[in-house]
Amino acid sequence: MPTTKRTVDVQLSTSGLDAQGRPVRVPLVTDQQGNVVPMAAPEAIEPDLAGEHMLINIGPQHPATHGVLRLVLELDGETVVRCVPHIGYLHCGFEKIGEYRTYNQVIPWTDREDYLNSPGNNVAFALGAERLFGLEITERCKVLRVIALELSRIMSHLVWWGTTCIDIGAFTPFLWLFEERERIYELLEMWIGARLTTSLTRVGGMAADIPDGFMDKLTGFVKSLPKTIDEAERMLSKNGVWVGRTIGIGAMSGEEALNYGLSGPMLRASGVAYDVRRDFPYLDYETYDFDVPVGTSGDVYDRYLVRVEEIRQSVRILEQAIRRLPDGPVNVDDHRVILPPKQKATSDMESMIHHFKQVMEGPRPPIGEAYVAVESPKGEKGYYMVSDGTPKPVRWRIRPPSFVNLSAIPKMVEGHLLSDVIAINASIDIVMGEIDR
Amino acid sequence: MMPPVHALLQIATPQLPPPSGAVYLIATVIKMVVVFSLYMVTVALLTLAERKISAWIQDRLGPNRVGPGGLLQPAADGLKNIMKEETYPSAANLPLFVLAPAMSFVPALLTWCVIPFASPLPTPWGLIDMVVAPLPVGYLFILAVSSLGVYGIVLAGWSSNNKYALLGGLRSSAQMVSYEIAMGMSTIPVLLLAGNVALGDIVRQQANGMWNVLGLTVAFLVFLISAFAETNRLPFDLPEAESELVAGYHAEYSAMKFSMFFIAEYANMVTASALMVTLFFGGWDIPGHWDVAPWTVWKTVATGAFFAFKTLFFVFFYMWIRWTLPRFRYDQLMALGWKLLLPLSLGYIVVIASAILGLDAAGVARGSWAFGGALLGLNVVIVAVLLFLIDRGRLISPAYSRLDQRNVEKLRALAARSALMTEGRN
Repeated sequence: MPTTKRTVDVQLSTSGLDAQGRPVRVPLVTDQQGNVVPMAAPEAIEPDLAGEHMLINIGPQHPATHGVLRLVLELDGETVVRCVPHIGYLHCGFEKIGEYRTYNQVIPWTDREDYLNSPGNNVAFALGAERLFGLEITERCKVLRVIALELSRIMSHLVWWGTTCIDIGAFTPFLWLFEERERIYELLEMWIGARLTTSLTRVGGMAADIPDGFMDKLTGFVKSLPKTIDEAERMLSKNGVWVGRTIGIGAMSGEEALNYGLSGPMLRASGVAYDVRRDFPYLDYETYDFDVPVGTSGDVYDRYLVRVEEIRQSVRILEQAIRRLPDGPVNVDDHRVILPPKQKATSDMESMIHHFKQVMEGPRPPIGEAYVAVESPKGEKGYYMVSDGTPKPVRWRIRPPSFVNLSAIPKMVEGHLLSDVIAINASIDIVMGEIDR
Repeated sequence: MMPPVHALLQIATPQLPPPSGAVYLIATVIKMVVVFSLYMVTVALLTLAERKISAWIQDRLGPNRVGPGGLLQPAADGLKNIMKEETYPSAANLPLFVLAPAMSFVPALLTWCVIPFASPLPTPWGLIDMVVAPLPVGYLFILAVSSLGVYGIVLAGWSSNNKYALLGGLRSSAQMVSYEIAMGMSTIPVLLLAGNVALGDIVRQQANGMWNVLGLTVAFLVFLISAFAETNRLPFDLPEAESELVAGYHAEYSAMKFSMFFIAEYANMVTASALMVTLFFGGWDIPGHWDVAPWTVWKTVATGAFFAFKTLFFVFFYMWIRWTLPRFRYDQLMALGWKLLLPLSLGYIVVIASAILGLDAAGVARGSWAFGGALLGLNVVIVAVLLFLIDRGRLISPAYSRLDQRNVEKLRALAARSALMTEGRN
């Protein structure tokens, strides 16, 4: 097959004049004979698009790429020969911005990275900051954070489930599941006032205690959610078309999954029972009674089953958290990190100084670094922060589970058909905000 | 040439076909206008019905802003589509690009011509058949015309000069051609039983005996599945597969041209439902033996209404399925068509032909209780056997289409020669 080679001419693309109307000078180099000649442009190979295979872009604007992921596929007919994922279309520079914000000011940024799991990110960041500050949070705060984490896990899994249904062609379960998600949003709205970008936590506590009536509403939600889950599962789990589209698709063995660094439901579907909540407990997760669902073959169907079971386990954890929620203060009793009550700040000298220092500077952690990992709905999510003793982190870094999980997509899709690429991509449960940060 | 007026005024026997050609001509024109308008209004309302039914299934309200209960939504949509800008991709093949929407729309309308939709209407000028064109080759006409629909989609996909559209067009050509065969084969038993290809005769045979759905259940099931695939509706909507191919073959279309595809989809759905009713559910026949000659106007109205009811039921069935099932994959669709439906319908032809031959030889009269009962019993047995034998896990198997690692490497080597990759070369 002939390859078209073309030399790109530097001057061809311009008028040859600069903005002032002077001729543009081409850089001069010496050739092999020692003569001074204009520099030739580097040779670029013209892609031969009329070859055996077709290159096709799935994304960045495509209904099934869950944001702005771009997959460059090389297709032989409909069979995927090669897949090159391109990311970065949603890059916002969260980590760099975080270096110019105090710890509490970073929390709103964590809302926006994995935006389906905002409360979970808030909690994870606060845990990391508290490790850095050396704070011990109150019992009530721990239970409230568990409630926030599990609600956000359910929320994220519901979105994953619904969008995967759409990707595989079933539209109806999507709306049934989003209705439940709406009810979680109502709960969050009641709690904190925001729905999507919650900014629920503060270093050393929560932004707000739960309002009156929240627990009743939560109890009602926890009771009725399993019904919807059962109903949606009846539509899919034994549906011949659904099973036919998912079993054996994008299978990863446990060993491969570990080698690719997968985590969360992706890893557990491959048969590796690794759950941060169980293996490196935080927020007293070791005292809760829950199971870690594990798959066998690591295909799309197993990932689906694992996530559905995780929703059920989250409901179990929520039930226990509702039972054990203690009374008492939510925030730590340390006004160097937690704002004093407003009324005291205007009447008491000490409180006023604390208020002023915190608002104008922010709480100061000791010099050091901290890493904390939590089990986010997508996998192991880590926050790493370095402090030099000033109120702002010198470095803040996220370990995004979606990013690591997505890195396995070229391996998972090769040899599959185009339709399977969509199913596999859906099964990874990516959020581009988290991947591009 | 105008027909002479006295020919119209000539009083004929109401129960016999009109004696004059002029009456026939005028009646046909009236039927064309009435059927076309009714059909288009139905199709427009069906777009609303689909949204309302999906909303009902999904716990939503559906469109309810325009007109009472959203009844004027189709008018608003139509207006919007007329006002929108027609876009033409710069690299598109323009003549075909413009022609394609019409080519997918017209066959759906043409098919409707030969479907009888009510019992004959007695008038002072003679008995008028309630079918636009009572063609003696009715069913063959349908087979011929419905095959044309695929051209609209293939050409739309090809002429858009868009990779997604091309994939959609390719998928649809393969899909529609494959299922055309299964569909045609599944109706052979119907023709065997009726002994004729005129749709009027098929309806009359069912009105006198029993509905074919009882006597030819397997053929009905095959026809039902093929009709879904033929009309590109979920679970077989691969040519447009929104989550995979964005919009498939009509990705580049806008305004009225897009609207034409949209209307064509619904028109095809109505036509396929009407065909199902005609071939397997007795057409305009109402159970019981009262809808026979002598014909009255009331019988025409009642049978027409019942025909509409049956057709709309199948349209509803289409929508019901669409909002319930996920989508097949391309190779699964092909496997289902070629490995299951085609052999099944071929075998069924043999079985039914032998059964009819056997019953005729045994002297059982066609249309008698014994004849129908024998076919019904045979069908119950076949369906029961099929339900046990068909292993869905093997036919619609999920991952067998995946290439193994060695073959992927081979394909990659092929690509390396054609210099697809620009990196790593010096």
